[in-house]
Parts: sequence; C-alpha cells; structure tokens
Amino acid sequence: MWKYLAKRLALGVLILFGVSILIYMLTMLMPADYIDNQTAAALQSGAMTKEDVQHLKELYGLADKSFTGILKSYAKWLSNVMKGNLGRSFVYGRPVTEVLSDYIWISFLIAFISYILEIIIGIPMGIKAAVNQYSPYDYTVSVFAMMGASLPSFFLSALLMNVFAIRLGIFPLQGLTTATKIFGPNDHLQIFLDKAWHLVLPITVLTLLGVGGTMKFTRTNMLEVLNSDYIRTARAKGLSEKTVTYKHAFRNTMIPLVTSLSGMLPGLFGGAMITETVFAIPGIGYMALRATQQGDIPFVMGYNMFLAILTVSGMLISDIMYMVVDPRVKLS
Amino acid sequence: MAMNNENEKKLNYTDIDEHMESEAEQHFKVISPGRMVAKRFFKSKLSIAGLVMIIFVFLFSFVGPLIVDVTWGYKETQVFKIERVADMITTAEFAGPDGKTYSYYDKSQTVLLFKAPPSASHWLGTDTSGFDIFTRLMYGGRISLTISFIVIFIETFLGIILGGLAGYYGKWVDQVIMRIVDIFNCLPGLPILLILSATISSIESIKAEHRIYYLMAFMTLMGWTGAARIVRGQILMLREQEYMMAAETTGISAFNRIFKHLIPNTMPQLIVSATLGLGGVILYESTLSYLGLGVPFPRAAWGSMIALADPSKGQEILAYYPNMWVPAGILIVVTVLGFSFIGDGLRDAFDPRMKR
Repeated sequence: MWKYLAKRLALGVLILFGVSILIYMLTMLMPADYIDNQTAAALQSGAMTKEDVQHLKELYGLADKSFTGILKSYAKWLSNVMKGNLGRSFVYGRPVTEVLSDYIWISFLIAFISYILEIIIGIPMGIKAAVNQYSPYDYTVSVFAMMGASLPSFFLSALLMNVFAIRLGIFPLQGLTTATKIFGPNDHLQIFLDKAWHLVLPITVLTLLGVGGTMKFTRTNMLEVLNSDYIRTARAKGLSEKTVTYKHAFRNTMIPLVTSLSGMLPGLFGGAMITETVFAIPGIGYMALRATQQGDIPFVMGYNMFLAILTVSGMLISDIMYMVVDPRVKLS
Repeated sequence: MAMNNENEKKLNYTDIDEHMESEAEQHFKVISPGRMVAKRFFKSKLSIAGLVMIIFVFLFSFVGPLIVDVTWGYKETQVFKIERVADMITTAEFAGPDGKTYSYYDKSQTVLLFKAPPSASHWLGTDTSGFDIFTRLMYGGRISLTISFIVIFIETFLGIILGGLAGYYGKWVDQVIMRIVDIFNCLPGLPILLILSATISSIESIKAEHRIYYLMAFMTLMGWTGAARIVRGQILMLREQEYMMAAETTGISAFNRIFKHLIPNTMPQLIVSATLGLGGVILYESTLSYLGLGVPFPRAAWGSMIALADPSKGQEILAYYPNMWVPAGILIVVTVLGFSFIGDGLRDAFDPRMKR
C-alpha cells in the first residue's frame, strides 16, 4: 500500500511539474503592459528610472519573452517556488502567498457550507429517488437536479438578486459587510450576523448549482447496489425494506460517495470565480478574476498553480479514501 | 447434373429457411440493434422532451434570423430609436438647519430612445443600445450552438485518435499519452481560458471577430481528454476479446483493427459523453461572453446579454428590465437541459442491461 501511495505521490509531483510548465508558458503569453501601465506615472515623475522598470520586468522574468528566455525565467521561478516564494502581486502589492492565505478563508467558508448543505440535501434525495425509481418523485428530483447543473451561475445569481435583494429586500445585494452600518469594536455578534446575512445568497447559489450532482451521483450508485445479488438475498431473508435500504444498500453506496466527496474537499479552497464576483465577495476567486483581467502575472501564476495542487491532492485523497473505506480494495 | 442437384438442394434449404422465418415472423419481430436503441430512446419521456427542446432552439436560432431578415429586413445590429417619455423621480431626505428632516421630491421627464419595453413590433423590447432583443437571442443561439458543436466534434475526434493509440498500443505510448491527459486534466479550466482570451484580445493582428475561433480551439484543447479516456478505457477492455484475436489472425492491418473494429464499439459511450459535453461547452462559452471575452460587441451572445444585468454596472437593468436578460438565461438553461436529457436518454437506450 505504501508503495502504491509513494508511486501516486511521485506521479502527482510529475503532473504538477508538467502543469507548471504549461501554466507558466501560458501566463507568459499574457500582455505585460501591466508593468508599463503602472510604472508610467512613476517614470514621468522621475520616481523610477527606465532601469528600474527593466529591473522589475527582469525580476518577474518578463524582460525576455523568447523561448529560451522563458525557460530561464521558469527555472528561476521554480527555484523560488521551492523556497515558498511565489513572487509579489502587481495589483495587490503584496506577496502572492500572503494574498492567497488572506482570501482563501472566506471562499472556503462559503464553499464548505454549501458542500455540507449539498450532502445533507442531495444524499437523502438521491436515496429516495433510487428506491422509488421511475416514480413521480424520481422524475421531479432528477429534472431539478439537471436544471441545477444547467444554470449558469451568473444567471442564477442575477435571478436570486432580483427576487430576494431587490424585490423583497430580504438580503443585501452585494459585498460582505453593510457599508452604511457602523459597528463598535465589541459588536462581534452583530458583525458576524451582518456577514452571515451577506453570505446567504452566494451560498444558496453554490448549493443549488451543486446539489444536483450529489443527488444524481447517489442515485446512480444506489441503483447499482440495489440491483446486486446480495440485496436480493437480504430481501429473501425477509429483512424489512428499511434495513435493506439503509443497512445493506446505502452502506455500500457510501464507498463511491465518500471517495468522491472527500476528493472534492481540497477544491473548496479554490474559490468560486463567477459567483464571488457577481456578489462582490472578496474571496480568492474574486481576487483572481480581477488579477487576471489586469494582467497581474505573478498572482495569476500563483493562483493557477495553487488550483492545480488542489486538484492533484483531491485525486490523492480520493485514492486513499478508496482504500480506507473499502476493505476489499488492495491497491498495488 | 451434379450442379443442378446442388442448386436444388440450396433451393430446398432456402425454402425451409424462408418457411421457418415467415413462421417466426408471425410470432416474433426481428429488430436491428439500431432500431432497438431508437425504440428504447423514444420510450423515455425525458428524451423526447430533450429532443423537442433542442429542435426548438435550433429552429429558433437558425431559421428565426432568416424569417426576421426576410419579413422585416433587419439583423442583430439594427438600432431602433423608439422615443418614449419616462418619469424620472428623485427623492432625498436631508436635515435642515432648523433640525427638522425635509424630504426632497423631484419629478422630471426625460425622453428615452433605447430600452424600449416589449411591444408588438419588438416582442421583448430593445436593449441599452437599441437592438431588438428577440432577434439578438436568435443570433446568440446561433453562436452558442455552432461553437458547441464544432468544439465537441473536434474534441471527440482528437480523443478518438489519441485514446485509440494509447489503448491499442499500450506500453510507453499509453504512458506518454495518459500523462499528457493527466496534466491537461489538472489545468484549471476557466482561469486558463481567461488568460488565453486576455492574450488573444491583446494581440492586435487578430481581428476582434476572429477571436472566437481561437477561443474555440483552446476550448477543444482543454476538453479532448475526456473522450481520450473513454476511448482508451473501452479499447483496453475490448482488445482482449475473442473477435479481436480473430481480426489479428486474419491479418487485418493495425489501422483497420483500431478504426474498423475497436472504435465503432466505443461509439455508444462517446456519443453519450459528446451529447452531455455540448451543454458544458455552451456554459463555458456563455461564461466567457458574460465576462466580455467571447464574441465581441456588437454581435450578440447569450452570456453578454445577461451581463447587462451585472449589478456592479448599476442595478437599473437587474431591477427594472428583466426582459433584457431573463430570456437569454432561460434559453441557456433550455439548451443545456435539452442536451442532458438527450444524453441521459441515449445512455439508457444504449445500455442493454437497462430494462423497465
């Protein structure tokens, strides 16, 4: 087992290496006008010299955009990354790692709550739909699940905003805090409630978009288990339908469920770009979209690498969980 | 004489066969596998609903513009200036010097040329630039559908070639191709597409209206791995079967073995995943258009029509002009949902274990 894990880990590192090269090349294609734009004023006022600008470009490896130049700057970037240094963000003026660690938490919070909600809502619905296959309940739930997956996040957000924020005025439209409210230094509860109030709509959007997937996944796997022989045996023994469903069938459905759900955990840190942007929630997705639009090369690079690491670790986690959950599996 | 005998024998045999067949036909019906799939597909109400939805969207976006052009003679970028008088009410509350609160109320009238409400000549009204929204929905659908079909087609083609090679040859070919697949799988889709589209729009030699072709190419590059995985997995399974052994011993070339004997058997799964993938491409395309990175203005796209409602650009349209953005969103949902209904229906229809 350890051998297998070591192999997977090595493979993960190899994949990340390939991904980093690809992302680096792509990011380097991005227009580098950012430095020119940002330093134009400083150049004119004399605060910076042309050498400074050139130096800044060299620092980020943007000066030489030929193939060998990119390779060289990649090597430099990679050695910096090994030391835990992702460079300094142009737009935010701080080290990329600092920006990342500051803003992932709010993204994680939103994603985690909707992840829990998806599990609480999606799994029971999936079980019930599978047990009553082809019943009206099954059809209704399946259609709603597919509708959730067909909704573009920005459209669902706009709809919810129109109804709940503008027409009914229950929830705030955008942002994380109410700008017009002034809180005292000790109003922790009020601040918390205010923030929570702002997060209701974004969490609803993410939950509605994701719950269908969980439900459908549960349904498919549950159906597969329900059609297997040992379920027939359990029924033949005269066990109650409840015991068959929850003790025999669902327990075995748990194997793929736990595997895939645990694999989703790292991804929760990645941020929801569109939803966060529409609701103007200062999470990592929002920051990343802004940085991408403004050509903030170090940040874009760091963020995309971060996402790739999350994906690879998600795959590793679901591999490990597969072994942990299913005693029949012996990986080699 | 001997020949005659043989012929007679043959005739006899066929007679018997025919007789038996006709008898069998009286009791049983022989259905080809294709027809069986079609029968199972049309048995499901959801598949039929999906088919109806997709046919509707197709007619709407490919025949609709022609009808509009022939009858009224305008296209997506025709500007309509429709004058209407709108009341503009401004209210404010302020504290006067005497300590009392006063409210300020002002009603003025302005003449608006754009943003006409729905009317008989413009069913969904006009948008912020005076374009007819209903017509733009049709052209937007054209873009979305065309892109999704082209992307999925090339993607599947690439996937078949690379997945086929990996699955059939195995060993190092498989290793190399599958590691590339792994790497592409770990690329974050939307951020990468954002980077690429930012790059394309910064290159001046690329015309704005050609941008979308580049984006399509990139979407294809990001998406071929799914099809490759399916093809490889299926081939690994099929290649061990007896009929492949037979094909090898009869001396059929490797090319023919892969593309005539293996690939056709992976088709059912590929068709299902391609159908489901069509919706995904439409969602991607509309997201890019929403962010202003898809089809450039003034051409219409569903995503950019919804972008009008972006609250960070002002709440006016989000709050008071749902006619500008809700229909585009509904069309996206109908299209993507239609493709998933059809995809699900096809999967069930292809699966011989499925019985109802």
